[in-house]
Amino acid sequence: MNSVLKTNLFGLTLSQLKSLVISLGLPAFTATQLADWMYKKRVTTISAMTNLSKQVRDKLENEYCISLIPSSKVQTSIDGTKKYLYPTQVNKFIEAAYIPDEDRATLCVSTQIGCKMGCLFCMTGKQGFQGNLTTAEIVNQVQSLPEFDKLTNIVYMGMGEPMDNVEAVLDSIDIMTSPWGYDWSPKRITVSTIGIIPAMMNFLEKSQAHLAVSLHSPFDDERREIMPIQSVYPITEVISEIRRWELGRQRRISFEYIMFKGVNDSARHANELVRLLNGIKCRVNLIRFHPIPDTPLEGTSMEGIVEFQNRLKSKGLTVTIRASRGEDIFAACGLLSTKELVRRQAETDF
Amino acid sequence: MLSAMSVKRNLYKTPIKAIRRLVDDVYVMSFVRNFDFKAGQVVAIDIIPEGNARLYSIASGENDDDVEILFDEKPNGKLTPYLSRMKVGEKIYVSEPFGNFLSRNEKAWWIAVGTGIAPFVSMARSGLGTNKTIIQGAKWDDNFYFSEELENAFLQNYVRCCSQQEDTVNFKGRLTEWLRKQPELPMDIEYYLCGSAEMVVEVRDLLIEKGVHFKNIISETYF
Repeated sequence: MNSVLKTNLFGLTLSQLKSLVISLGLPAFTATQLADWMYKKRVTTISAMTNLSKQVRDKLENEYCISLIPSSKVQTSIDGTKKYLYPTQVNKFIEAAYIPDEDRATLCVSTQIGCKMGCLFCMTGKQGFQGNLTTAEIVNQVQSLPEFDKLTNIVYMGMGEPMDNVEAVLDSIDIMTSPWGYDWSPKRITVSTIGIIPAMMNFLEKSQAHLAVSLHSPFDDERREIMPIQSVYPITEVISEIRRWELGRQRRISFEYIMFKGVNDSARHANELVRLLNGIKCRVNLIRFHPIPDTPLEGTSMEGIVEFQNRLKSKGLTVTIRASRGEDIFAACGLLSTKELVRRQAETDF
Repeated sequence: MLSAMSVKRNLYKTPIKAIRRLVDDVYVMSFVRNFDFKAGQVVAIDIIPEGNARLYSIASGENDDDVEILFDEKPNGKLTPYLSRMKVGEKIYVSEPFGNFLSRNEKAWWIAVGTGIAPFVSMARSGLGTNKTIIQGAKWDDNFYFSEELENAFLQNYVRCCSQQEDTVNFKGRLTEWLRKQPELPMDIEYYLCGSAEMVVEVRDLLIEKGVHFKNIISETYF
């Protein structure tokens, strides 16, 4: 039977596998075996699962397969960053960025094809939204990575708003952090959001991974000019919800702050940022802006970023300046896009 | 419709007062009003008290007796196929209003596509339509929701851009084509955009290209 017509087992969590095997009349522990083969041993065929009887393997192979999709293209930056292009749904693509460092190797994964949020500074938003990634498509970016064994960290900071696809994100984290999956510490994983409050609270409740909030302005009215989400979930409300949540000692929260010249890099902004984050145990990551075509925004100079950092640090905040990686291959923050590859069925009507 | 994600806001059981189909799969639903709101705000709605409530812009005016929303039934949607089949008297679960997509009294342009017209209808009904120009985009002449009401309120300051219908009585072309054809756009006003993210991004880029400062563009994307 053509594998295209079979259901993919890859990307299913243990509880989903259990429901499936029970529906097939198989014992529940078969699910644990399947998870072990797929996520620990990382086999790519059911026939390779040699501790399942031939009868069980044949039964599964009738309707199921393990389908991982290798990247169709890779670009390598002068700084060693690699950008991988993955096919997803028919005629659609997403990108992931592998960022090696001296003491760590991070994979930045995507969660949607395009994005619905329309932030002024992000290339992904310019392609519109073509669909959510499935759990399999999210985990595929990790498991298909040639450098899988070198990975130390996963950040959900690629294409799309993770909290707009929170169930698939949570299932993918489940696979990565459960003993039956990769068994990684949730501290190795950070999920970013622009502040979709209900889904963010769902994430905090169900996961122990770190949270990164895309802040970019401490002022509600100014943030609205660059991030339409502000009209629905103001940043002050996002921060209030985070304050109410007991983060615990293991979970870290960070606030991402892209520095735009003349927009959010003044002393006034620094002072308000300090006031807004007062009392929250967090880190602020200052990010150099990577200009995108036709944007009215400019990035703050490195001197200006350092000055801003010093101002925040003098008031007691923990602040880092994120190194820009992969800018020459458009893999840096805000640059991921498969716009040129998106084939539209019909021009959007408006 | 805005978000399709879980909402932990309290939802209050509310009876439906009216539901009517405007055209195709687009409906207007009104329900009992239990709160004050500001024109431009949204409510979260579900058919069960603890589910994945969706967000809808309020279309009724601040002083209207009932709350009205506009929604588009999505064939594979998790809520709208149920909403469209509900009857008067049946209960839905509604949150208190929230959001700050709020217009001001100053001169502005309101730009919307599809059900994105809802917050502007609310603003118009709430007396905020003075000094406003409203530009509405749609595929067919039938898809200009509330057009009669808007025509009466805005007169020559109401522009309809019809992208598909050949014999349209309106501007034939996409909303972006109409904007592009304008020799000049006012630079000293605010532009309010409401619709899909794709529309917001494209219209915003076009406005910026034509010299409008991004600080004068306020958007609400339906996500």
